[in-house]
Amino acid sequence: MTELFGVPIQALMGQLLLGLVNGSFYAILSLGLAIIFGLLNVVNFAHGAFYMLGAFLAWMGLSYFGLNYWVMLALAPLLVGLFGMVVERLLLRRLYGLDTSYSLLLTFGLTLLVEGMFRSIYGVSGQTFDMPDQLRGATNLGFMIMPNSRAWVVLASLVVCAATWYVIERTRLGSLLRAGTENAALTSAFGVNVPLMVTLTYGFGVALAAFAGVLAAPVVQLSPLMGQHLIITVFAVVVIGGMGSILGSILSGLMLGVVEGFTRVFYAEASSTVVFVIMAIVLLVRPSGLFGRER
Amino acid sequence: MSDQDRVLDSEPAAPASRGLGNLVPPDLRGFAVLAAVMLVAPLAGGYPIFLMKMLCYALFACAFNLLMGYAGLLSFGHAAFLGSAAYLSGQALKVWGMPTPLGLLFGAAVGAVLGLIIGWLAIRRTGVYLTMITLAFGQMLYFFYLQAGFTGGEDGLQGVPRGTLFGLDLGSDLTLYYVVLALFAAGFLLIYRTVHSPFGQILKAIRENEPRTTSLGYDTARFKLLAFVISAALAGLAGAMKTLVLGFATLSDAHWSLSGLVILMTLVGGVGTLMGPIIGAFAIVALEDKISDLGSWLARVTNVEWFASLGESSTIVTGLIFVVCVLAFRRGVVGEIIAWRARGK
Repeated sequence: MTELFGVPIQALMGQLLLGLVNGSFYAILSLGLAIIFGLLNVVNFAHGAFYMLGAFLAWMGLSYFGLNYWVMLALAPLLVGLFGMVVERLLLRRLYGLDTSYSLLLTFGLTLLVEGMFRSIYGVSGQTFDMPDQLRGATNLGFMIMPNSRAWVVLASLVVCAATWYVIERTRLGSLLRAGTENAALTSAFGVNVPLMVTLTYGFGVALAAFAGVLAAPVVQLSPLMGQHLIITVFAVVVIGGMGSILGSILSGLMLGVVEGFTRVFYAEASSTVVFVIMAIVLLVRPSGLFGRER
Repeated sequence: MSDQDRVLDSEPAAPASRGLGNLVPPDLRGFAVLAAVMLVAPLAGGYPIFLMKMLCYALFACAFNLLMGYAGLLSFGHAAFLGSAAYLSGQALKVWGMPTPLGLLFGAAVGAVLGLIIGWLAIRRTGVYLTMITLAFGQMLYFFYLQAGFTGGEDGLQGVPRGTLFGLDLGSDLTLYYVVLALFAAGFLLIYRTVHSPFGQILKAIRENEPRTTSLGYDTARFKLLAFVISAALAGLAGAMKTLVLGFATLSDAHWSLSGLVILMTLVGGVGTLMGPIIGAFAIVALEDKISDLGSWLARVTNVEWFASLGESSTIVTGLIFVVCVLAFRRGVVGEIIAWRARGK
């Protein structure tokens, strides 16, 4: 068997793929956080809860209504997005103009509320999600055996990230969004309905989180607390990448997932903390983040 | 925090009344009353361990409020200071055989050193970034304690001896209670002095307008860092006290949910007020203690069986209080009282 740095290449590639899977989740979540922060100036702590909600909706759709994974892949983000819009209209909207800490604390409270409810119903132990038949099995690439489910997660995430990047950077809708991010008052003076745009943006951001949740449902352990482990790491990713750039969020998410994967191969004990160590180094060397600009 | 939401604790005090009142500065009167109540509380039937727990969290919340309420820095990693001090002072007392007074000081020192490192890194960014950075470092330390051998993992560090303090046997709950009360009062008065010193005024200036404070010639980074260190040291002292009282330190002491809880305590009581965090800490600790009783009472009254399990899902209640406080009660209890009295004048 071929070896690289004294590690079998099969194991190395396996961890690389696992890192890419995690990196895909980081990328989608930090992308959503960046879009929301850009326009609303809100750090959405509830992003992890919405991710969990997406995964659980997929599981509930399958177990209670017999709706399969592919249906839920579209339905769950839609429902969570609608829920997010209600949250924005009824709750978040009241805090605009106040210090940004308040909206962070509000979404933190929402996180506790939503996670607490799911915990009181489903407990902390995980649920299992039956893998759809199309994703079972593995493909032999010659240098490694690749489980199809993981490849699908990475592929679907990349497509969604690329589509989001395209819409924001290359279409008229995206240019309105960027204009709103740059100067909301001026944009509304040009006749754009900024409050509606804000609601839709929040809805879209949390729908992205729910999409990541559905993708995660077959490959990770489903638990009401699955979001809170992720969201703190994603915050570190956001600090490392800087929230200024869409592409930056995607790239730093993927990159840090891969770094985490490699750390698991060479020094497993540090794999849960390596992202935070990188964050400390970035803060020392380039405080505004790798792709960030100081706002 | 925006100006209209912040309650000025330094507004001109009412003319001092005659007699005994002159002995105590007006803004310390609330504290004097509280201290008097706490002095007799265990004799009037209060359960000493529970009261001590309240005092530890009250000191923790006061320390946190120094940073959030006065310097305007929202740290989401304060459990790391309390938890680290709880573990390391526990280790020092139990394994290294450190005498109790040194163990307590060691806890404060652990907090101070961590505050220096984390604060030094975190103040490179401002606003919500600082919050995310402190949260991330708190999580990093949590993972460290989860894996480190001496912490006992999920079981926690158990069997920490109380020892003696200057010849006093701390094995008695009542003796330890008065030691904890004295330490709490000392910590509170240190914060009071800090807030009312020129240093405290500069912190408030940074909170209100950092660029202007810089333009007045103050090195704001140094002031923010010092506030971080004082706050973390007192949080560390609170952690060491907690280990001494309960005899153990667990992972939940270092978990981010405790960082969230201390924010809630401060918010409920009143951000940027002296007494607010104490009131808030007492209220939240009492709530956590009584929540299952509350749940079974609600289940009995409303016939909704779900309420009976409220004790196991206390995060629903804390989450709800968080949402309500942020939306409609941003001044907190003490802040509302101060604003109400200001209107009356």
